[in-house]
Amino acid sequence: MPLLLALVIWLVCLALALPFFTRTWWFPVAISEHARQVDTQFMFTLVVTGVIFIVAQLALGYVVFNYGRRRSGAATYSHGNNTMEVLWTSATAILFIGLTIMGGSVWARVHFMGAPPGAIPIEVTGQQFVWNMRYAGPDGKFGALDIRQINDAGGNPLGVDSKDPAGKDDIVVPTMAVPVNRPVELILRTKDVTHSFFVPELRLKQDTVPGMTIRIHFTAETVGKYEIACAELCGLGHYKMRSFLEVMEPADFEKWLQKRSTR
Amino acid sequence: MAELAPAHAAHAHAAPTGFIRKYIFSLDHKVIGLQYYFLALVAVFVGMALSLLMRWHLVWPQSHMGWLEKLFPAGAAGGVMTPELYLSLMTMHGTIMVFFVLTTAPQSGFGNYILPIQIGAEDMAFPTLNMLSFWVTFVGFVVLIAAFFVTGGAPLSGWTAYPPMSALPEAGPGEGAGQTLWIVSLALFSAASLLGALNFITTTLDLRARGLSLMRMPLTCWTWFVTAILGLLAFAVLLAAGVLLLMDRIAGTSFFVPAGLVVSDRVINHSGGSPLLWQHLFWFFGHPEVYIAILPGMGVVSQVISTFSRKPIFGYRAMVFAILAIGALGFGVWGHHMFISGMSPYSAMAFSVLTMSIGVPSAIKTFNWIGTLWGGKIRFTTPMMFAIGFVSVFVTGGLSGMFLGQPPVDLFFHDTYFVVAHFHMIMGVASIFGIFAATYYWFPKMFGRMMNDPLGKLHFWITFIGVYAVFGPMHYLGLIGHPRRYAEITGVNYLAQSHPLHLFMTIAALITVGAQLIFLFNLFWSMFKGKKAEMNPWEATTLEWTVPSPPPHDNFAGAHPVVYRGPYEYSVPGAPKDYIMQNDPEPAKAAH
Amino acid sequence: MWLALGAVVMVFAAFTSAYVVRKGMSLDWQAIRLPSILWLNTAVLLASSATIEKARRERQSCESWLAATSVLGAAFLAGQYVAWQQLRAAGVFLASNPSSSFFYLLTGAHGVHLLGGVLALFYVAGRAWRGAEWPNRQAAVEATALYWHFMDGLWIYLFFLLQVGGK
Repeated sequence: MPLLLALVIWLVCLALALPFFTRTWWFPVAISEHARQVDTQFMFTLVVTGVIFIVAQLALGYVVFNYGRRRSGAATYSHGNNTMEVLWTSATAILFIGLTIMGGSVWARVHFMGAPPGAIPIEVTGQQFVWNMRYAGPDGKFGALDIRQINDAGGNPLGVDSKDPAGKDDIVVPTMAVPVNRPVELILRTKDVTHSFFVPELRLKQDTVPGMTIRIHFTAETVGKYEIACAELCGLGHYKMRSFLEVMEPADFEKWLQKRSTR
Repeated sequence: MAELAPAHAAHAHAAPTGFIRKYIFSLDHKVIGLQYYFLALVAVFVGMALSLLMRWHLVWPQSHMGWLEKLFPAGAAGGVMTPELYLSLMTMHGTIMVFFVLTTAPQSGFGNYILPIQIGAEDMAFPTLNMLSFWVTFVGFVVLIAAFFVTGGAPLSGWTAYPPMSALPEAGPGEGAGQTLWIVSLALFSAASLLGALNFITTTLDLRARGLSLMRMPLTCWTWFVTAILGLLAFAVLLAAGVLLLMDRIAGTSFFVPAGLVVSDRVINHSGGSPLLWQHLFWFFGHPEVYIAILPGMGVVSQVISTFSRKPIFGYRAMVFAILAIGALGFGVWGHHMFISGMSPYSAMAFSVLTMSIGVPSAIKTFNWIGTLWGGKIRFTTPMMFAIGFVSVFVTGGLSGMFLGQPPVDLFFHDTYFVVAHFHMIMGVASIFGIFAATYYWFPKMFGRMMNDPLGKLHFWITFIGVYAVFGPMHYLGLIGHPRRYAEITGVNYLAQSHPLHLFMTIAALITVGAQLIFLFNLFWSMFKGKKAEMNPWEATTLEWTVPSPPPHDNFAGAHPVVYRGPYEYSVPGAPKDYIMQNDPEPAKAAH
Repeated sequence: MWLALGAVVMVFAAFTSAYVVRKGMSLDWQAIRLPSILWLNTAVLLASSATIEKARRERQSCESWLAATSVLGAAFLAGQYVAWQQLRAAGVFLASNPSSSFFYLLTGAHGVHLLGGVLALFYVAGRAWRGAEWPNRQAAVEATALYWHFMDGLWIYLFFLLQVGGK
């Protein structure tokens, strides 16, 4: 029984750990500096927790096996060991809190600093169950919004105010395109309930909260077409609330924008 | 009310005779404990059934189930499950499991039954209040289940019920009467938990036997005590939040709903509320709730490991401090559920540091369990198997928390299956292993018979491997960025690669849930046909093993036990046997 | 009893934090004119605290003081009801505005708790009036008095919050 239990613990944990080495299911490719930093912090955490995981489960299996075998003599009478308690308490405290502090700078770069100057603003508005992307158009200004003018069927899902001249050239589309290597600032809103804007390749996720506008920024470095998913439960169509992010060469992006503004 | 009912006056109640007073509206803490336990047993099988339906739907979304249509005519029209039915199953699964299983069984069930006996009391401090707590909880459960059968069905908003979704009937089917019933149910549950917590705290403080100082209490009592304190503070906040949400729904107030929302093409007539306010209040309750679920399991595991290693617990003091530290820190970490919710990114850092520090007392407990096993003479009984399994899943589930506690890493994992894997391991599976260990351990005391050991072992093997097979792959789903609460995996292309994992998990879940029928059979079969149990079948040391199995109505038959030593005096050198009972005055000299 | 009060404190602490947060972030907050009868109600409640304290100290012949307290308590509740009616007459409803929502919520929650106190008082005073002696009589009076003082203090706190914080 002791050997069997130890072996089962070891094998089960080995099976759990194995795909982390083989990387059969792994992060999608990282397409920004920030995404790579997140990956680094993840790998660092993985190494630390991985070592603890293996040591702890090995130790558990070992004591089960070693002290579960039939042997003579009584169990050791001991109420513990204060030196050891202090030792492992401080060791884990240093490790865990050290990890947090290391990760702090990655967090700070996206969240404490605003978007760099020259970033392209894109307003992202979630609604059950689609994403609306709004570009400011040539004038660089977003038009005012008026909820009474919202008309999903009539092509004005956001209710861009027809009386505001700044809104005349606004472009509202269901998918997002950005030029490669240009900073982009997202202005996140929602029309109804809480959603969450998630692009796995950017390692970027942010809830869109009713009543709030939240700004985040990114710079995509690899041309390609990526999926945008909703990551916060928003109702029955949550699972299919997706859109696309297309990262394009600057010239293609201009063409893309042009095509949509002439409509 | 502590003044109203001084310690011993309250339990002068005599043994009742009629069936109703004895088994239905009983004042006996043991009967109430069993009532809670069986309520949780019903709830856990309902909850598991819901999860199987969900798992089935994820793999075979188009499969035709005629019987499901009979049960949910709207949600499964034509026999095929709709996404809204999936989400309401998910909401109810979470709510039933968190409240009516993980809070009910370990604390209200075993706590009620065992705590008074372990501290040498005849009953809880306020028996009538105790009965009231159970029946209010029961009504809460009935109200919750009723949500399935009202127009629109059960709510879709998850067990966290974030507004504005949970505040607006327009937000989807199930957000009408179903959501209202859900809130009422939780309010009832909170009120009952408050009463229960009062009872537990007063009992622990006032009714301990002579000689049973706090630092001689079994660790189980410590965990029930600290859990009650957490419950007292946390459920009060949930109750308040529930009242606010209910008023937003039925009285037209705007605590959580901001202005300018357009839901289902309708302009919502609310203004100025804050959805984040709900999240703060909810998680201020919700995170301590995690510890409410797991702490009693930690106590049971400490007790069981010490008993069957035949060794005193390693570092009793450190264990007590760790329990207290977990309880205290538990109230300072709620923000880690909200890193990407629009909360200030600066407070995210503060929450992160506190969150990671709560890993320290958890690690201490793990070290001490392994330290207790070290040098022991292990007896592989079924409760011991589950206790060892607990340590393994606790390590696994705890370490995945180290990823989620860091804002930059959580940025990717938040609301993915990685989170689902994490909290199922640590809050679900670990707590359930605690419940299993407690059931196999105290069954002889509760029913006077032993549970079948080979069947118990079989149950353990399938369950232990099964839970890793069900929840292990969810980590990998998290790695590919698979969001949780998706009714189907067809909506987003990159999730196609997850299909084999989902298939594997569904099959594993079917087998694991099937194995729980072995447990159910063992439980009821042993109740009537099991081998008769002696007073102290495990050769354990705490006070519940000094009374007959099952104990008489007032536990100690009028005697007042006196305690002479700490709870885990095993293998004391020079003692005649390898254990010394807590109420045994004699071989005190042999110990130090 | 202290623990029960702890739970009540948590409930109201949660409401208060909701109040502060909700007020801090919203642009639609409109101060409401609190009905002046609230001042009278406050005086009545303070008086009732004095009478129950008297009852607690009297020990033996406490029944008339207990009765007086229950009457004053009931009068306070009636006064609160009048205040609600006046607000309604002025067109201020539960859902009118966040500050009015909180006014009804807080006074309502306090009223429910106080109603429990009044019922307990009726029970204790009734038994004492019939001249009954029971083992825990003094304990019961003490507990009720403690709860009553607490409800009084809680009201003062809420009144202050609504007066000063509501602006």
